[in-house]
Amino acid sequence: MMHYRVARFHSFLTLLFLLTASFILFAQTVPTDDESIKSGEQLFKTNCYTCHRVKQKWTGPALAGYETRVPSIAWTIEWVKNSAKLIASGDEYANKIFKEYNNSQMTAFTNLKDDQILDILAYIETEAKRQDNPPPPPGENVAGGGAGVPSAYLNLIIIGMFVILLLLLVILVLIVNALKKFLNQRDLSEEDKDVVDSPYTAGSIMRSPGFIFVVVFVVSAVAFKTVIDGLYSIGVQQGYAPKQPIAFSHKIHAGVNEVDCKYCHTGVLKGKQANIPSANICMNCHTYIQQGTITGTGEIAKIYAAVGYDPATGQYSGKQKPIEWIRIHNLPDLAYFNHAQHVNVGNIECQTCHGPIQEMDVVKQYSLLTMGWCIDCHRKTNVNTKDNAYYDKLEQLHKAAKGQKAAMKVEDIGGLECAKCHY
Amino acid sequence: MSNTTKTYWKGLPQLTNDPNYVKHADKEFVDLGVEQDPGHSRRDFLKMMGFSVAAVSLAACEAPVRKAIPYINKPVDVDPGIPNYYASSYVNGGDYCSIVVKVRDGRPIKVDGNSLSKVTLGGTSAQVEASVLSLYDNYRLRGPKVGTANADWDKVDSEVIAKLGEIAAKGGQIRLVSQTILSPSTQLAIAAFKAKYPTTQHIQYDPVSYYGIWKANEESFGTGMIPSYDFSKANVIVSIGADFLNTWLAPIEFSKQYATTREVSEDKREMSRHYQFESNLSLTGANADYRTAIRPSQEGLVVAALYNLLAGKAGVAGISSTLSGVANLEKAAGELWENRGKSVVVSGSNDKAVQVVVNAINNLLGNYGFTILPGLPVNYRQGNDEAMAAFIAEAEGGKVDGVIFYNCNPVYDHPMGEKLEKAIKAMALSVSTSYTEDETASACAYKAPDHHYLESWNDFEPKKGHYSLSQPAITPIFKSRQAQESFMTWAGVANADYYSFVQNNWKTKFFANDSQGWDFQTWWDKRLYDGVYESGASAGGSVSFRNEALSSADSSIGATYKANASGIELVIAESATVGNGSMANNPLLQELPDPITKAVWDHYVTLSLKDANALGIKNDAEGRTQLVSVSANGKTVKVAALVQPGQAQGTVGITLGYGRTKVGTVAENLGVNAYTLLSMLNGSVNYSATSGVKVEKVNEDFQIAQTQIHQTYMGRTNVIQESTLAEFKKDPAAGRENPMITKWDEKVDAASLSLWKGHEYKSHHWGMAIDLNTCTGCGACVVACNVENNVALVGKQEVINRREMHWLRIDRYYSSDAQPGDYEGLEQASENPEVTFQPMLCQHCNNAPCETVCPVAATTHSSEGLNQMTYNRCIGTRYCANNCPYKVRRFNWFKYHDNQQFYQANPAMNTDLGRMVLNPEVTVRSRGVMEKCSFCVQRIQTGKLTAKKEKRELNDGEVITACQASCSTGAIVFGDMNNPESRISKLLKIDHYKTVKNAKGEEEKVFNYGIDKKIGNPRAYRVLEEIGVKPNIFYLTKIRNKDGKKENA
Repeated sequence: MMHYRVARFHSFLTLLFLLTASFILFAQTVPTDDESIKSGEQLFKTNCYTCHRVKQKWTGPALAGYETRVPSIAWTIEWVKNSAKLIASGDEYANKIFKEYNNSQMTAFTNLKDDQILDILAYIETEAKRQDNPPPPPGENVAGGGAGVPSAYLNLIIIGMFVILLLLLVILVLIVNALKKFLNQRDLSEEDKDVVDSPYTAGSIMRSPGFIFVVVFVVSAVAFKTVIDGLYSIGVQQGYAPKQPIAFSHKIHAGVNEVDCKYCHTGVLKGKQANIPSANICMNCHTYIQQGTITGTGEIAKIYAAVGYDPATGQYSGKQKPIEWIRIHNLPDLAYFNHAQHVNVGNIECQTCHGPIQEMDVVKQYSLLTMGWCIDCHRKTNVNTKDNAYYDKLEQLHKAAKGQKAAMKVEDIGGLECAKCHY
Repeated sequence: MSNTTKTYWKGLPQLTNDPNYVKHADKEFVDLGVEQDPGHSRRDFLKMMGFSVAAVSLAACEAPVRKAIPYINKPVDVDPGIPNYYASSYVNGGDYCSIVVKVRDGRPIKVDGNSLSKVTLGGTSAQVEASVLSLYDNYRLRGPKVGTANADWDKVDSEVIAKLGEIAAKGGQIRLVSQTILSPSTQLAIAAFKAKYPTTQHIQYDPVSYYGIWKANEESFGTGMIPSYDFSKANVIVSIGADFLNTWLAPIEFSKQYATTREVSEDKREMSRHYQFESNLSLTGANADYRTAIRPSQEGLVVAALYNLLAGKAGVAGISSTLSGVANLEKAAGELWENRGKSVVVSGSNDKAVQVVVNAINNLLGNYGFTILPGLPVNYRQGNDEAMAAFIAEAEGGKVDGVIFYNCNPVYDHPMGEKLEKAIKAMALSVSTSYTEDETASACAYKAPDHHYLESWNDFEPKKGHYSLSQPAITPIFKSRQAQESFMTWAGVANADYYSFVQNNWKTKFFANDSQGWDFQTWWDKRLYDGVYESGASAGGSVSFRNEALSSADSSIGATYKANASGIELVIAESATVGNGSMANNPLLQELPDPITKAVWDHYVTLSLKDANALGIKNDAEGRTQLVSVSANGKTVKVAALVQPGQAQGTVGITLGYGRTKVGTVAENLGVNAYTLLSMLNGSVNYSATSGVKVEKVNEDFQIAQTQIHQTYMGRTNVIQESTLAEFKKDPAAGRENPMITKWDEKVDAASLSLWKGHEYKSHHWGMAIDLNTCTGCGACVVACNVENNVALVGKQEVINRREMHWLRIDRYYSSDAQPGDYEGLEQASENPEVTFQPMLCQHCNNAPCETVCPVAATTHSSEGLNQMTYNRCIGTRYCANNCPYKVRRFNWFKYHDNQQFYQANPAMNTDLGRMVLNPEVTVRSRGVMEKCSFCVQRIQTGKLTAKKEKRELNDGEVITACQASCSTGAIVFGDMNNPESRISKLLKIDHYKTVKNAKGEEEKVFNYGIDKKIGNPRAYRVLEEIGVKPNIFYLTKIRNKDGKKENA
């Protein structure tokens, strides 16, 4: 009898647990606060944007109005985390979607937390509404307003100055002539007369020590500058744009399709190397996208060759051949650079150093990548101290010393020291 | 406070003011008249200049194309540029260490201790640190071989199986020879082999045998074993010839335990007292408070005399053998008796009779169960000398048909190796699984190379109930195969995958009882993550001593040992650096200076000054000496002679580990094989020769490369500051020397005057404290620093030219209380001096003299207190090194990488294989630049970045230098002196606040970010304080547990 009661007690507990659990599940509602929407936008762009749009059908379905289609919010969360499991469980709607999209499976996002998924949903709902009712177009932009002088004015100023110089020259010639006349009217010795009347010939000018000095000075200065510039440019590969084994276009991926840089360059927040993506990352999308906008199937086929994938059968052969990309950004071995410090900690945009990468069909080295270039930025850039407890004490001390409003530049905390990059 | 009045010297030439030494003593760079670049003239230089300019301008035209090849399918947990760490185990024969392997981009590049291990307690040794380079040894076998021809595994397997079958069919004898096997799964694999071939006998031996201890325990207590020792609970330690801090049994854990008893502070003014009785000056002897030099022929009698002294106190009968007049023995006995149960007596003898008496002593003292744990036997040494000798006799007699050598090299490291080599060649089947083609493998017909330990799966049981795992940190580089898989394949086991074999063993043995509700994979992952596992471990244990063992030991000692032997005696010991010779091809160990002699790349006999004078041998400051021929047990070797203070008169010492012939380019034909000089005594290998030893001078000159005399302090005295425990108890500042400077009106602290403006470190203020009392001088930190920082190895000739590159060196000073001028006293002291070790590295001076003299600002100061060295800016004027008071800057005289001239000494930078060990975070320096300790700035930067990424403060202990990580005794503490919670702040008792006057003229306490933080620890001092450079490294005074000054000498 005891056993029976214990068992009953257990089942009661289980029931209670299930009830509580389902209550918690049902309690999941899509948040509406701005913060969640903002974080949702971030998450959407990093995780979902590769395959989904809010209003357009892309690799996956358009997500707007999902709430009217899916069985429940809890279902959505489960689907995002592991769609394969839902499909395997025989869920009706899950299998319907699966079939509708040619049996292609959505990547499982096991690392996303429930509230993160809810944030994404919040973003989708808000974004859908926003696109339905676009905000009124902003008012006329105030033209100009920059601190710089427009270039038309600059030219005018230069021309003006030139005219003034010319006038000055004319005045000087007139003065010389007047003086000459005045002297000639006076009684002068023969010697003085020679001096006054001596004609300016080209030869005499050429032979004059002043002229020789000026010429020699100018020539050697130009030569010196050329040599120094030449030496400084050794090893500088700005503009280097080699032909890559696959004509990969950042313009298509990062520009037109707005794939987040970090989706492929996975190491950029973690460590030294941003990482050239491994081919399996390409395959996340290119399992389905088999034809490119510019090159058709030709270039994408090279990925398939590398990973040993047969798009016709959807099978992997196991024959792999690594892709040998050509490195564009080459720092010398003696310089240490870490992407995480700049992108993760410093929150610097990729474009700051790599230029408008989203507009490049062929990537080129945009920046100089010289030490002077690094140092220059370290002098100008404020340290990103926001919400970073590591900098709290430093910032406090800096403000105490330099005033509350003084910006803490990278150089203020040792950003110009040798052993920051050389060891 | 009493000032230090001791005389310190670094070697005999300094003590005797050798003119050669004096000539060079004050020079940073010594011109030894070495012709470096014969035939290169100024014209050549100009030609080269012209060529280089042309080459540079050409090179500028087109940049080299560099490829970047990503993974096809990136493993989830591997990120290029981010290291992974794997817990594993270092095992070399019976030597064991639980480790964590740092793997960068798939390559193991550094080995650290595993702090989770209760056996090795997070410590490492020089050999463990160096072992990562052995993985990339160019001499490794690329794959299996049949005879001298390369073969594939199928061919080897089919031939070996066929031959084993033939032998089994005719009932022939098969032997499997190995060193101690710590691995339970390997034992099972061997058992499977034995099951298939029942005539197989498994023979274990150890190159350096502990069979005497094993046997003595069997005779004394009825069970053969070697117990655990716990030095941490011992107030009095007496060692008779056991070098337990460097070579004896388990030096890593012993060092750690020993250090806990040697730590002193204001709050703990007690430390252990350590007596050492030995012939060679060992590292352990150098650390002892009282050291007595004895002859090996007296060893047994010293032990017997100690027993008799204690028996007298205990009121039990003594034994007949005895010896009187051994200095310090009576005192030791008295203190042992007072500390019954809190003392330990150990002996390095391999004579079971001696060890039985040692057991009797510890039994009398009641140490079993407290400092000696028979309930926790260790498995480090299970070799059976008798079985091994019997095997060689059988092999010689042609009674063995097949033999498999499992990762052992008895042809080299057994006294009867030569005989064995001949016998192997006559056998029907001979296989070696060694991963290099060593002396034994060369003699064998089949080479079936095993993986390196960093490529292997395995499990170990170093101590009863303490288990650990070993996991591959790299895909096998060559076509080697796990030896256990070979055994199982040859035994016809269907699934010979050793990984699943180990896993299954753990599943049945441990998981079944300890699943903790986890599934096996999770449980196993956790075990692998930890690297260590405990199951059924117990401590303590008790024994009952059999008195009949003592009486037979007594008569044996009486027969073997002599009180007053005349004639020269030979002591053979394991090398402090290259160990038993199995790692001889590792240049990191070859270039690691011996802790005592400071010799590198060389083999020598050590002899006392008196004996050297008698033989007419003279060493000079540059290590020039003569060869001697040493004959013992019917063998003669010719080797260099090195005069060693502390060597017992009438004895010469020689180390094992040299004289390898089939070893690879690094160590080939370096020194002589001292194993051949060994003999058997009482059934075990005897590591001394007490009769029939002849040492004769050969008129042949030789030069030993020694490092100690290379740097001097220009006669400045307070580099080492030390005192005795008795003084320390009265005043914790005992031994400290506070240099004072006289101003016009008063005397002030030398440190309080400065021409410098000082610095403010607003972020971190990195500093280091080194406790001279717990530093044993072992040299693990030196190797760790080499590996971490890609320090070039330069080879013997360049060391002779004083151009070694070590960023961290351990200075060894001899000292005595005798005053300069007291010639008799000094002579006596040079017989048996006190020894002090001082790790010396860049002191990261706050007022760094090197920085001011650099014309190109290549060495500068950081905002965190580091003295930075920028190689790409350095033009090689060497002004900085000349201006460095600590002589810690090293100049690259050559391009040590990609230079065939250094191929032999520096394979890590000269072979494709070796280069895999280089740390990608640290630049490989080129010719013409200065380098020095950077405080592991790459580790500091990594630690800071991690904290920044996680948006938090940097915690203490997150950044540790390589030397600190390697130190078993915890003598090195590194950290942020601006962080009041850091270990270094607490150890040095730093006062972080200073009083200043604010605008209103009121006194106010503010945080002190400056360089003059008040140090509260009375033991802490800066070396050469009076010159005012204010280093960020502090040393804690050396305290010897001596009663008073009178008792020295």
